[in-house]
Amino acid sequence: MDLSALILADSRFPGGGHVHSGGLEEAVSRGLVTTEADLPGFLLSRLRTAGALSAAFAAASAHAAGRGVHSGHWRRLDQELDARTPSPAQRVASRAQGRGTARAGAVAWPSPVLTALLAETPRPHHPIVCGALVGIAGGEPAEAASAVAYLAVSGPASAAVRLLGLDPFAVNAVIARLGAEVRAVAGAAADVAGLDPVDLPAPGSPALDLFAEAHARHHEEEVRLFAS
Amino acid sequence: MPAEHDHHHGHGHGHVHPVSFDPTKTEPDHYAPAPTAGRAYRIGIGGPVGSGKTALTAALCRALGGELNLAVVTNDIYTTEDADFLRRAGVLAPERIAAVQTGACPHTAIRDDITANLDAVEQLEERFPALDLVIIESGGDNLTAVFSRGLADSQVFVVDVAGGDKVPRKGGPGVTTADLLVINKIDIAHLVGADLGVMTSDAHRMRGELPVIAQSLVDTPDAPDVAQWVRSVLPVRAG
Repeated sequence: MDLSALILADSRFPGGGHVHSGGLEEAVSRGLVTTEADLPGFLLSRLRTAGALSAAFAAASAHAAGRGVHSGHWRRLDQELDARTPSPAQRVASRAQGRGTARAGAVAWPSPVLTALLAETPRPHHPIVCGALVGIAGGEPAEAASAVAYLAVSGPASAAVRLLGLDPFAVNAVIARLGAEVRAVAGAAADVAGLDPVDLPAPGSPALDLFAEAHARHHEEEVRLFAS
Repeated sequence: MPAEHDHHHGHGHGHVHPVSFDPTKTEPDHYAPAPTAGRAYRIGIGGPVGSGKTALTAALCRALGGELNLAVVTNDIYTTEDADFLRRAGVLAPERIAAVQTGACPHTAIRDDITANLDAVEQLEERFPALDLVIIESGGDNLTAVFSRGLADSQVFVVDVAGGDKVPRKGGPGVTTADLLVINKIDIAHLVGADLGVMTSDAHRMRGELPVIAQSLVDTPDAPDVAQWVRSVLPVRAG
């Protein structure tokens, strides 16, 4: 695994990820997740939908950064991911984390490729920046996909520990048991990394979309601890 | 190696600077980076829950709002009651107040991963290009919380007499390294059995040359001493 992918997947990476729960805070507030036993179902469904979408775009972006692309390509990737993210709240959350990751990434891995990406999309989506940074650092599309697939479950898991006071060892074990699933999602993403952006897969999770919208709406009324 | 050395500054007076090799000695940082030209100065306000951070922020807005172009970033506001505090106080236009969620980790958002706060500051700067000052108010935290120098140019740590007069003695980076320590609510010191003399002398002992201000927003609602300190740390603006 390239160091860049490990850094991006590290919860210590200062890219702003720690303030996002990936819909878990909304699920907790609705009583849908209350114990460690509820977590595997939530995380697995998130991994196979939102996680798979992120992995596909991260792999495609790593591939693009590695091979070099014509101007306009980053904008097309951005538009295609927008089209696959129907919830405005999720788009805001993805762009907030993308911006934060780009800010940290520009210091860690400065590159004309990143400059071009930010010129076309100043507030880029998170998976696209992650993929581009791994590609810039010399990593493989599968590594970028693994990092964002892991982040798709590790962020909500950490939020569950903080919101519910769950046993951190039990939660960590839930993540560890997702190893084969993360590998499968990353592998599938790497297989399509070279496709034209319009042809990338479009897995979706209507429940997570609705959670994200409800979270944003509730924030107007009774302030939430996480940004998403 | 001698503990003292002569060195010349190139401007004529070759005086002697004492150099301390005591790693625990606390002194103001003479090498703090100058804030980037063209952006607002950023002051962080941190401290334990209930010590009066929001009230101090409101007081500073009242005191400085007429002379400075101001905005505020608040962290972790739990209820609409609190969320409206600054707006109700009428000290700042609502669009100049940005709220940030910290994912239940207030210290992470001001120290280890400042992304959400930086993003909020930068968006305020885009909306109000001539901002002089952004006050970033941390969520209530413990004595180890400090602002990253990547987020705040200067930081204020607020404790209060009701939190116990042993707090300054306990130290922690907030008490020992903040650019200003405020001991708040001194009007109720006698009611909670706090010895103000002990608090201030402990604070000075822990902080060396760094300033300490004891105040009560009941007695002086516009926090004149803290406002004056803010004026003293602001960079002189060209033109």
